[in-house]
Amino acid sequence: MNTAVADDILTQLRRPSSPVQNAAQEAFDNLTETVGTVTVDNPKMQTSNVNVFYAEKQAIFDVNLDIGNNEVIAMIGPSGCGKSTFLRCLNRMNDTIPTCRVTGNMSLDGEDLYGADLDPVLLRARVGMVFQKPNPFAKSIYDNVAYGPRIHGLASNRAELDDIVVDSLKKAGLYDEVKDRLDAPGTSLSGGQQQRLCIARSIAVSPEVILMDEPCSALDPIATARIEELINELRENYAIAIVTHSMQQAARVSQRTAYFHLGKLVEVNDTNAVFTNPQHELTENYITGRFG
Amino acid sequence: MNPLNNTDKEHQTAAMNASTENTTRSTTATVRASLKKRYAAEKRFRLYGIIAISSSIGFLFLLLASITSKGLPAFTQTFVKLDVELNSEQLGITDAPSAADLRSANYSGVIKQTLRDRFPEVTKRGEKKALYKLISTGAQYELYDRVAADPSLVGQTISLWVPADDELGAIIKSDADLTQPDSITTRMTDQQIAWAKTLKDAGDLDVRFNTTFFKNGDSREPELAGIRAALIGSAFTLLITFTLSFPVAVSAAIYLEEFAPQNRWTDIVEVNINNLAAVPSIVFGLLGLAVFINFFHLPRSAPVVGGIVLSLMTLPTIIISSRAALKAVPPSIREAARGLGASPLQVVTHHVLPLAMPGILTGTIIGLAQALGETAPLLMIGMVAFIVDIPASITDAATVLPVQVFLWADSPERAFVEKTSAAIMVLLVFLILMNAIAVMLRKRFERRW
Amino acid sequence: MSATHLLLITFGLAVASFLYGRMQAFSVAKSHGGVSAMHSLPSHYGMMVALWCALPALAVIIGWKLLEPMVVSNLLNTAIPQVVLDGGERAVELYKNDLSNLVNNDRIASIDNPEKLIAAERLASLRSTSSMALVVLALVIAVMSATFALKRIKPHFRARHTVERIIQFFLVSCASLAILTTLGIVLSVLFEAIRFFQQVGILEFITGTKWSPQTAIRADQVGSSGSFGAVPLFLGTLLISFIAMIVAVPFGLMSAIYLAEYASRPVRNIAKPLLEILAGIPTVVYGFFAALTVAPALRSLGGSLGLSVSSESALAAGAVMGIMIIPFVSSLSDDVITAVPQTMRDGSYGLGSTKSETIRKVVIPAALPGIVGGILLAVSRAIGETMIVVMAAGLAANMTANPLEAVTTVTVQIVTLLTGDQEFDSAKTLAAFALGLMLFIVTLCLNIIALRVVRKYREQYE
Repeated sequence: MNTAVADDILTQLRRPSSPVQNAAQEAFDNLTETVGTVTVDNPKMQTSNVNVFYAEKQAIFDVNLDIGNNEVIAMIGPSGCGKSTFLRCLNRMNDTIPTCRVTGNMSLDGEDLYGADLDPVLLRARVGMVFQKPNPFAKSIYDNVAYGPRIHGLASNRAELDDIVVDSLKKAGLYDEVKDRLDAPGTSLSGGQQQRLCIARSIAVSPEVILMDEPCSALDPIATARIEELINELRENYAIAIVTHSMQQAARVSQRTAYFHLGKLVEVNDTNAVFTNPQHELTENYITGRFG
Repeated sequence: MNPLNNTDKEHQTAAMNASTENTTRSTTATVRASLKKRYAAEKRFRLYGIIAISSSIGFLFLLLASITSKGLPAFTQTFVKLDVELNSEQLGITDAPSAADLRSANYSGVIKQTLRDRFPEVTKRGEKKALYKLISTGAQYELYDRVAADPSLVGQTISLWVPADDELGAIIKSDADLTQPDSITTRMTDQQIAWAKTLKDAGDLDVRFNTTFFKNGDSREPELAGIRAALIGSAFTLLITFTLSFPVAVSAAIYLEEFAPQNRWTDIVEVNINNLAAVPSIVFGLLGLAVFINFFHLPRSAPVVGGIVLSLMTLPTIIISSRAALKAVPPSIREAARGLGASPLQVVTHHVLPLAMPGILTGTIIGLAQALGETAPLLMIGMVAFIVDIPASITDAATVLPVQVFLWADSPERAFVEKTSAAIMVLLVFLILMNAIAVMLRKRFERRW
Repeated sequence: MSATHLLLITFGLAVASFLYGRMQAFSVAKSHGGVSAMHSLPSHYGMMVALWCALPALAVIIGWKLLEPMVVSNLLNTAIPQVVLDGGERAVELYKNDLSNLVNNDRIASIDNPEKLIAAERLASLRSTSSMALVVLALVIAVMSATFALKRIKPHFRARHTVERIIQFFLVSCASLAILTTLGIVLSVLFEAIRFFQQVGILEFITGTKWSPQTAIRADQVGSSGSFGAVPLFLGTLLISFIAMIVAVPFGLMSAIYLAEYASRPVRNIAKPLLEILAGIPTVVYGFFAALTVAPALRSLGGSLGLSVSSESALAAGAVMGIMIIPFVSSLSDDVITAVPQTMRDGSYGLGSTKSETIRKVVIPAALPGIVGGILLAVSRAIGETMIVVMAAGLAANMTANPLEAVTTVTVQIVTLLTGDQEFDSAKTLAAFALGLMLFIVTLCLNIIALRVVRKYREQYE
């Protein structure tokens, strides 16, 4: 069922490297420890020595990275570098891919993500996710947002549910645009609105962390700007990890930036520092547009 | 690059943190509390799925097991050994008989005499009749065949294995205890069972492979009934179906997939094909009856009409799968051929069609398998006749295997139940064989572009 | 000469024309400076000649063979004795069948009735004249048109275009055969149905509640006029189809869900072909199973529970029909469920729903239109299914909703009315076509709606 995703990722992994990359290959091969500071003072999530395999192919190599409270951390890198794979580990979405295997330590508030105590269902309720392509359910706008609270039993009556839906739509900045047509199907919205609907859907479960997997890649610039604004607002309440293709976007929305290359975390630092003064050669190559 | 957004006020963040903390704690608690119930529901749902799929497959095995257990006995037949004295007087012929004499000789009398000789204590009329009933009426034909092949046998005593009557055959095959007549459910009398015991003890009863079943046409006597006529009828019908539907369906598919312009006519054709695929088969039978039999006066019960009707019925199936096969050939191949100056027709016949052929054949075999199992439309065009003779051409009256199954299933004799089941087994073997070939073709030539 | 021989000869002529035409093209080419001087390849010219040779002759043969029985039968009328003609259409039909059997089996000599002998000889001579005429006509046409085509082999003649146009025309006609078939179905069923409605009012047919099609042979018999109220048949059909769907939908849908969402690859690789086998079993086998295994089992089960179950209960036929339809529902639903995009499932998992919650609340609602379309197709199939009900359901036209009683269906009655001894043109046989018309209309509507729903659904996710 999920083999399509796995296949896709595998083909990306197999793509041969360009000549420019070869220049920095040596630096990459010698890379044993991530450049910059992987830890934060006030971590929401911590990961160490994370390795991910698809069947026999290793996609992630020994990644250590913390995600702090109330920060937006951006993950950038050329396609196939494992940034999405890493993100999907943070709420165990990779469980749905049968061939995928994850090793290493990952925790949320000190609780082991893959431990017996932390159920994947509970974990995903606490660590929400927004996907690359807007994926509203084939339901009304209201039901889309109400879906999470309903399955988790978060509202004890209709009025409470209404409150949650309206509140979430407001937080996602969509309420004013859809308040008159909450019964319309979610798919009737424009792309940008759909993505904000998906964000509202995540917020409705009151997660602690929101993972965003290239949330703007399918959107036009105006919708993108609106989402970025939203991310800035959401940072006040949530820890956010965002994977993005656009360095400008990373610079605009994040406080810290992590650079992934071929499955390794090359450099992580304050966003300002990464973009103005990259420490590693590969990062510099990428930032300056030598490849990507 | 934009200035980074690091200017949040400390106290505001703290306040927000506190409020988030509250809601998340309650979320965690609520979710955790609901988990047990939800996982139970998950398990239940999964169980429903397992129940559904396993009972569907269970039905299949139940059906196959029920039919096999009923049908297996039909593949063997009980024979009785008789020492027949070919007395020319008894036969009613001279010592140098002509072929016509041999044909009209009184074989049944000879066989009856043989039975009377075997059991001399039988004298009463009713008892004699009961005795004769142990042997199939087919015995006389067996005897005639022997004598006709070698007329010099007349005057000699030959030993002959003849088929037993179906009731006797059934109890011998079921290995019933002949010393306990009361424990056997049969229409035979206790006296008949006693005779049977005598024969059995003398080693004159034997159970052998039932060649009659594959050699004969239909018969009113279960022990003489066979599927040969139906098999040949099915073969003729299928042959007609294939010769008509394959070229037409492939042509139609080629047109629709490669040449058809996007217009109203094409739309109508496509809608028609899709609908025809879902029209009940019996309606095709009505079409065949009204058009080919009542209007064109083609012969009733003939494989040619059956073949035409079935080919109309299988056309949509083959067209749809052929189109899928043609569509699977990548456009780059067409472009390459066209780039070399091939005409549109050459592109299709030289490149696209050969590549699509395995897929087309797979679809055709599946369509033909469907036609082989079809009954209802053939009932409409009169292929329900009682066919004893093996059809020799496509215009002879014939029946087909599934219709034979239908006819036998209706017969009151108990022995026809096993015949029916056995005929079904033969039919299923053919169907499974065809499907296996289709699957093999698909696997063997499957190409991934 | 039989038609088969004639066809073989025509084919042989076509092959010869191809070879000769190609040779001719080579020689024409030689006199004009090589093959490149010609518009088309020599084999195209050969092909053109062969098509010209075979096609007109084939058309003549097919048309002749289709019309021959009708024409011969009409011409034979003059030789049929007046006594037989007075006996009515049916008697004539029987007489002709008899004659035809005698002629076919070469037993004319054994006829002792002089009038019959004349008629039989007339039939034999008509037939031989007809087949001789056909042979001559077909061969003359073949040779003439081939000669005509040979004359057209010139450098500027576009043989390839001609050939391709003819083939294209052939392809179009093949595709259009589907329309012809539909038209044939509609017309044949409609005409006979109209004749039926002239004898029995359409209103009586559609709203009448008494069905007893046995028209008496003699006028003084009881119940001399049969009654043709089809409502009991419609209700019986609905009852059995309903029972079938109660079995097929849950089992088929849950099987599809399990196979698409839960089953591991090996399980799927085994289960799917098994379901295909279930789908490939002929309906007559299911009928046998229903009549000989399921019905007696239900009857004894009902007996042990103190219920009286008819030996031809609607339940037995419906349940077995349901089993037959399971693989149909499951394969259609499987297609539809796998067409739901993975991103939608991811969205649901990302919010922390379990697999079954995702399936029940996200995947199924999204796939619902397609599933409904598939179920409609299954209903249409249940309504049109014939052999199971012919073998396992009764003939009694009861109006009942009790699944333990016997009911009859539209298809059972069509088969009963049209098999066995039948009179053409009696209300009894025509009634079968009226029922066929109803069946065709209902299933057609269901199919059109279902196909449209499914297609719309597909487009949504493509």
